Amino acid sequence: MGLKEELAEIAAGYGGTGAPVLHPTRTDVVVLRRGEVVVKAHSARDDAEELRVRLRAAASPAVSAVMLAPLDPEVLTVAGRAVTVWPAGQPVRQDDLDHAPWEEGARLLAALHAVPLTLMPALPAAGGPARAARAVGRMSGDGPVEALVRRAFKELPAPAPTLGPVTGLLTHGDWHLGQLVRRDRWLLIDVDDLGVGDQAWDLARPAAWYAAGLLDPAVWQRFLGAYLAAGGPALGGGDPWARLDVPARALTVQLAAVAVVNAGREARELDDVEHSLIEACSRIVRA
Amino acid sequence: MQCPKCRGNMRTYERNGVHIEQCDNCRGIFLDYGELETLTRMESQYHAAPPPPPAPGPAWGAPHGGYHHGHHRQRSWVGMLFST
Repeated sequence: MGLKEELAEIAAGYGGTGAPVLHPTRTDVVVLRRGEVVVKAHSARDDAEELRVRLRAAASPAVSAVMLAPLDPEVLTVAGRAVTVWPAGQPVRQDDLDHAPWEEGARLLAALHAVPLTLMPALPAAGGPARAARAVGRMSGDGPVEALVRRAFKELPAPAPTLGPVTGLLTHGDWHLGQLVRRDRWLLIDVDDLGVGDQAWDLARPAAWYAAGLLDPAVWQRFLGAYLAAGGPALGGGDPWARLDVPARALTVQLAAVAVVNAGREARELDDVEHSLIEACSRIVRA
Repeated sequence: MQCPKCRGNMRTYERNGVHIEQCDNCRGIFLDYGELETLTRMESQYHAAPPPPPAPGPAWGAPHGGYHHGHHRQRSWVGMLFST
């Protein structure tokens, strides 16, 4: 029996009915939906013990209004892969971006960031910074574009010392529009990078899109404004870019590296959206 | 008063608090005491006017007006919004 069949059987065991459907996702992850149940086989690369703690955190009542809770708080093992089981939700519609729930996402991040770590099990470090390094490491070419992205990564500054040490707090670790599902309300999903970190990283991907000229400035202001209005603590009281600058640089580099790898895999040139990220890297090394 | 240069008739103008006499004949201008300094001060204030505040963002952000709507439905952009 293949992994897909085993996941479909697990879904049935948790009440999922109907035909199993594979959900398109990263190549190292398998997500299968069967009726009201979603089963996820995590990346073989992920640390199973860290995933166990992260899953227990998502099952905790302290985040029940913010994060989707698993149907089973324990990690299962199928064919050597760590597997988690979730209730199905409605994802953000990719064909209706004008109505994407930016404010809801921002408010959920603000609420997550307000949860004290004392209410959580002992979480590992959030996955954001490691992701940027992995993305850069996946570029195999040695052309001028790769050299520029590597240089921008190598020259990433440490957070400004004037901001004081950024104390680690509860951080999602990989936020984008694919990390929202709607049940009776919008909730955050994906525990893979949940952990203790600099919460500004959770806002850094939209910040990077905005700085690259890709995200409508009005949408960025709505997102940032909703986060701040909801009492989101990640940016301190002053200029939001004081804390956003370094993580937004890192996310720009990460997004550029992913774009280079994607274009290489599909044997094509970078398109203009991807090129905007390379241009942002070029401005970063000149800044 | 009479123009000290060509003896033409001088007319008085008031511009932004500066008192100016101009000759109807030779168009020459006469300034009262202190008014040259007033003009100099106004000129330096004009040049020192603070630049309009930049759009909030990092120093390395896209130049002002860098955002274009064109890519809105592009596959790579939508993919990026929804994936790691």
